[in-house]
Amino acid sequence: MSWTRKLLRVNLSNGTVTEEALNMQWANDYLGQRGLATRYMVEETDPACDPLGPDNKLIMATGPLTGTMASTGGRYSVICKSPLTNAIACSNSGGFFGAELKFAGWDMVIFEGRAASPMYLSIENEKASLLPADDLWGKSVWEADKVLRTKHQDPQTRIACVGRSAEQGCLYAAVVNDLHRAAGRSGVGTVMASKNLKAVVVRGTLGIGNVENPEAFMSATKAGKAVLAENAVTGQGLPAYGTQVLMNVINEVGALPTRNMRETQFEGAANVSAEAMLEPRKSDGKPNLTTNGACYACTIACGRISTIDRTHFSVKDKPEYWINSGGLEYEAAWALGPDTGVDDIDALTYVNFLCNEDGMDPISLGSTIAAAMELFESGAITTAQTDGVELKFGSAEALCWAAEVTAKGEGFGRDIGLGSKRLCEKYGRPEFSMTVKGQEFPAYDPRGIQGMGLAYATSNRGACHLRGYTVASEILGIPEKTDPLESDGKAGLVKAFQDATAAVDSAGLCVFTTFAWTMDDIAPQVDAACEGDWSTDRMMEVGERIWNMEREYNAKAGLTGADDNLPARLVSEPANVGPAAGRVSELDKMLPEYYAARGWTSDGSVTVETHSRLGLPG
Amino acid sequence: MQKSLHIDPGKCTGCLQCESACSLENEGMFNPAKSRIKVFNFHDEGRFVPYTCTQCDEAWCMQACPVDAIVINAETGSKDVLEDVCVGCKVCTIACPFGTINYNTSSGKVVKCDLCGGDPACADACPTQAITYVDANATGLDKMRAWASKTDNATNG
Repeated sequence: MSWTRKLLRVNLSNGTVTEEALNMQWANDYLGQRGLATRYMVEETDPACDPLGPDNKLIMATGPLTGTMASTGGRYSVICKSPLTNAIACSNSGGFFGAELKFAGWDMVIFEGRAASPMYLSIENEKASLLPADDLWGKSVWEADKVLRTKHQDPQTRIACVGRSAEQGCLYAAVVNDLHRAAGRSGVGTVMASKNLKAVVVRGTLGIGNVENPEAFMSATKAGKAVLAENAVTGQGLPAYGTQVLMNVINEVGALPTRNMRETQFEGAANVSAEAMLEPRKSDGKPNLTTNGACYACTIACGRISTIDRTHFSVKDKPEYWINSGGLEYEAAWALGPDTGVDDIDALTYVNFLCNEDGMDPISLGSTIAAAMELFESGAITTAQTDGVELKFGSAEALCWAAEVTAKGEGFGRDIGLGSKRLCEKYGRPEFSMTVKGQEFPAYDPRGIQGMGLAYATSNRGACHLRGYTVASEILGIPEKTDPLESDGKAGLVKAFQDATAAVDSAGLCVFTTFAWTMDDIAPQVDAACEGDWSTDRMMEVGERIWNMEREYNAKAGLTGADDNLPARLVSEPANVGPAAGRVSELDKMLPEYYAARGWTSDGSVTVETHSRLGLPG
Repeated sequence: MQKSLHIDPGKCTGCLQCESACSLENEGMFNPAKSRIKVFNFHDEGRFVPYTCTQCDEAWCMQACPVDAIVINAETGSKDVLEDVCVGCKVCTIACPFGTINYNTSSGKVVKCDLCGGDPACADACPTQAITYVDANATGLDKMRAWASKTDNATNG
């Protein structure tokens, strides 16, 4: 088993909360979390619906391993149609909320409709109720968390919440749980706020006692933990340096997108790197990093717990920020740093705190600010729009200001909240937007890491590193080294990473395990936990099925092969410096190979044969 | 040789593997709510602190129990609750200064750490050695070594 076999359906329009049996046929075909929730979306929503209207649904879903002792088995995802991309959105988060939902006896919660006034959902084991949240509306995630914690009087309560940015319609608002873990991308928080749903509060004391074969499970998970501990990346690099270990590495290989992706190396990278986070600062002799922290059941513990220098301009008069909280991860540090040209680590940490406090995706925020800086430089926007602020590349003050106004949805912050694509279109320079399907890029330049260009272009949720992380192979040599500057063979590599990741997500595990684990390490854990036989081959087939199902959802939402593209800058303007100098992304060469490898038509549609081979719905 | 659970909060990442392992060992399920060891997350301070029964020699809980349901395990030195004797009066939970003996609403009895009979599951599950099971006479050894290494001529700290 390991699924609780129960889901909670919450209709916000009529205020009902009902228990429902989980569709076990679908669980067997789509495993859980990302896959299973998307299957429900396919069944229950019109892919062409308005993402911010009542017909969109929002699902919080765990996987069969969520809440167990499998390393990293604490994850949940938020699934809905995205207002940023108009495609399917699935944002994955760690922390402790997902495991708690499972301990309360629920595999997933489906939210539908829209409440007439702000509400929050309270779950205490089998008891679930919708309660008024008028007093929480207008509050940040951190403030709302305090109020709810006081109200519920249980220190073990876990809370997922949206901030002011979501309420104000910022299109890349996140759902933040446990104060600084986030279902960050694609505006899932915006959808939650559009339903007048402020928070979900959960306390679970029922536990998980239905693992199919407990002895085999403990032996498989123990073996898995040993593999993680012995691996250089998951056993040493990530605990010590976090994902920020990549800052200097990616800069050196010439794939660190800089100043709105105009350049591929950043002169200030070392100042905002993992190594810099360990340097004692002048003011108090303490480093930026206090310690590393883990999500539920994670034996890697890559999370950063950081402080901001109290003498820094951003916080010197704001003692509420003189605390420890979630620090810089690589993607956030890149978007807020190299992409805006800012190399001030305290400014970056402050903005990262703001992203957690008010629920914004730091990747999209940083990239959109970078685009705004290029608009400012070109004269397309001026100080007339920016309230007098000189929105220049490299300005830490401008970065902090832009984040503050976006968090609250004030003035020009509302424009930044539109995301890079809509912002650049509004000011007449669409070519400045570094996006795929309307979603901003993460921290790897596809001119210097060819596989990532294809992974971005074909990602089902727009530009994203977590849909097919070929960086593992192209830079780190996992599972085997491929040449990052070479596009040959990348179509098959991207497909394999995409399918595997869909299965890992759907199990309830963290994709970072795959720095060390192959599917041969993961399948035995799923197999021991769940009924039926879960082989490596079946896991890969489930992954492929999920990928194609998402693709078909997007097709019905109106996306076509023409949306599998990259901005002109990356396919026609060669990298100017570093090892990738002179190169562009060879997407045009890789894309047809990829469609062929997927069993799709030459214009990127899932063929009837592929559809029926995978047993897809409809 | 008697052994003790030794906790080094500086090494704890807050992953709760110990809580899950404890609940699996004692309740047969993954359920941190029923764990006898607890990890506290001091968010603003950036610290994770695991905490459980220290197995006091003259245990307050044992002294307070009106029905002698708490007994010394001669082999491990742990103070164990005899479930069939415990009447669930909770006096021990008031007597314990550390809060590490608690009432279990499902069984109607109190529960506390019994060192898993000499092979504590929490220590086994801890991925960072923040929880270890060591010679009870030398729980201070690591701290002594750390401080010793800070003296002038020490080189192998």
